[in-house]
Amino acid sequence: MKLSDAEQTIERTESHAEDHHDEMRGKMGMWLFLLTELLLFTGLFLMYSVYRYLNTADFHRAGLETHVLFGTVNTMVLLTSSLTMVLSIAAIQRGRKWLSVGFLSSTILLGLAFLVIKLFEWSLEIKEGLFPGSTVLLSKPNGEILFFGLYYTMTGLHGLHVVAGMIVLSFMLVFILRDKITPTDYIKLENAGLYWHLVDIIWIFLFPLFYLIN
Amino acid sequence: MADFAISPHDVAVHSYLENRGKHKGILAWILSTDHKRIGILYLISLFTFFSAGAVLGFLMRLEMLVPGPAGKIFDAQQYNALFTLHGVIMIFLFVIPGIPATLGNFFLPLQIGSKDVAFPRLNLLSWYLYVTGGIVILLSLFRNGLPDTGWTFYVPYSVRSGTDVTMAVFGVFILGFSSILTGLNFITTIHRMRAPGMGFFKMPLFVWALYATAWVQVIATPVLAITLLLIIIERLFSVGIFDPTKGGDPVLYQHMFWVYSHPAVYIMILPPMGVVSEIVTTFSHRSIFGYKMVAMSSLAIAFIGYLVWGHHMFVAGETQPAQFAFSLLTFLVAIPSGIKVFNWVATMYKGSIDPQPPFLYLMAFIILFSIGGLTGLVLGSLATDVHLTGTYFVVGHFHYIIFGGGVFIFFGALHYWLPKMFGRMYNIKVANWALGILFVGFNLLYFPMLLLGYEGMPRRYFSYLPQYDTLQHISMVGSWILITGLIMMMWNLIHGIFKGEKCGANPWGGTTLEWTIPSPPPPENFEEIPVITHEPYYHPEAEPSEAEPALVGK
Repeated sequence: MKLSDAEQTIERTESHAEDHHDEMRGKMGMWLFLLTELLLFTGLFLMYSVYRYLNTADFHRAGLETHVLFGTVNTMVLLTSSLTMVLSIAAIQRGRKWLSVGFLSSTILLGLAFLVIKLFEWSLEIKEGLFPGSTVLLSKPNGEILFFGLYYTMTGLHGLHVVAGMIVLSFMLVFILRDKITPTDYIKLENAGLYWHLVDIIWIFLFPLFYLIN
Repeated sequence: MADFAISPHDVAVHSYLENRGKHKGILAWILSTDHKRIGILYLISLFTFFSAGAVLGFLMRLEMLVPGPAGKIFDAQQYNALFTLHGVIMIFLFVIPGIPATLGNFFLPLQIGSKDVAFPRLNLLSWYLYVTGGIVILLSLFRNGLPDTGWTFYVPYSVRSGTDVTMAVFGVFILGFSSILTGLNFITTIHRMRAPGMGFFKMPLFVWALYATAWVQVIATPVLAITLLLIIIERLFSVGIFDPTKGGDPVLYQHMFWVYSHPAVYIMILPPMGVVSEIVTTFSHRSIFGYKMVAMSSLAIAFIGYLVWGHHMFVAGETQPAQFAFSLLTFLVAIPSGIKVFNWVATMYKGSIDPQPPFLYLMAFIILFSIGGLTGLVLGSLATDVHLTGTYFVVGHFHYIIFGGGVFIFFGALHYWLPKMFGRMYNIKVANWALGILFVGFNLLYFPMLLLGYEGMPRRYFSYLPQYDTLQHISMVGSWILITGLIMMMWNLIHGIFKGEKCGANPWGGTTLEWTIPSPPPPENFEEIPVITHEPYYHPEAEPSEAEPALVGK
């Protein structure tokens, strides 16, 4: 290695060391974590596609039985929450703390709204007898049983992720209020936002798979 | 034995072992975010579980005292629980966290010249997750009884079994998180925290191995997590995803399981391979032969390891083209593995070899791992696999690879690095004797299994036909010798840690960064972050000329 190269590297790295919190580090860790979350769902998407391939007609029929209205409203709610999330980061970047707090709170509230709507949807379906192990469902062909099995598993797991996201965002809210997240150091909020978008993106794929293709 | 030269600045003014924080006693350890302390926490917990697993294995061999079923120590159900618990403990609580969580935690930052890992608190969290997972698994003991499914939790039995599979599976799920967080931490550490001047191709090969392993941990573990979660969901709500009566497919479970668990074999074996690269150059007093190839072969193994899971399922109803493809891909793994072995041997060639205990462990590893590898070829070929699958042959092969390969190097690595970690040397003569006993016991225990399997003894049976008497008994005696060797080795190491002779900063003449600082290391590792200007295995006395062909990468 040429000496000049080495010196350059040293200078670069030292300036990094001075810059106390290496932002790339936090971001890299977060992206790796998002990758694992994505892979977690990939297993389920894989199963969905295998079973859909094996039971195409049943999956079509079962897809008609989910409630598109609930799904559509929830998609809009979640997309809006992603928007307010971005706005919250943009606000803190511009030093407008209270605006950021407002947007972040609305993100959390929209997450809550998503869950409440989901709850109504599930209870409606349970009332119709469409839940694992019910006599109504068991009398249907295998493909439909699988469809609803996957439906509850995947939307349920996604719902848990929404809850986890809301908890993380609540912490962020406290951090902003206590000035732990500032216009110069907002990497935590950015990472939390990334997580929230992941939750959103997974829903974007769940929505057509369970409500639209039929 | 040779005295180890100690100069005054070899011993740190303060070492990480002294308490200087606000906490006292055990709290100073279990609340510490120092990667060295976390490494030791892992080491203690891992070997606690290992001892438990070893006792279970010992009991399983003792069960083979008489053919049965009459006169057995454990009944069939208890034997099922034994081999399940032995497998779960050894795989998920010992070998998978294994070298990365313990020695990796301790030495990764030291070897790349950093003060800590990228996320110290996350590191501590992953230890807590590990302990929680272990406890949750053991809790199944007190509810409906230990699971009896085998460590693979195959459906449909794992869904129907009356034992507490849910609890055990949930424990393994938690362990998965611990594994993911460690992997994520290591990748970020390696990318962001290398000392100035240390490019990727100036990293020690142990770091390369940890890097490849960390990627496997991050990419494969989530798939296991979701698969295990589905077992729990299936047991609690019977949604039918793996239930054929509801259209589900149990074979799909096997696919999902092995998509993780085959790469997991490389989580078990890549770090030991990295350790071998360290030991071989230190004790040959030569630079590693073919540095770049050894480094790249770790990545190649990790990559090909993703494409071979189907070889666990040759008899589970695969189509013939799939069988051929998986068989062929399986043989491909031999290429990068071969690259490593030949480069290690080429490193020893013309080196001045110093046969200290770590190096002798390496020699044992090469023999045992070769037997494991060759029997692997037998299982990777379709025709022979159909005959041998589900027999003791598989058990023998597996233990040669994981125990003879991975765990022997884990022991070797402890002999290599414990003097660094505690600044004291164990008794070298006792260490050599213990290795000899281990080696004899190991082969007596597992080689008969290969023969038994060849003769048709199925695995996981609590009784056997009288014709297998002799080999079963040889194997049982082997387990006694092996246990003796283990106790001797562990006692010697522990005694060395507390009472051993002080050994100085660099007892072996290693060239990587951890040997440049005092033993035991100071809390902040490096007083000044070192600047890297040459290859990690630079032995100026062995390679006077820069034109030495052994140095690849110029």
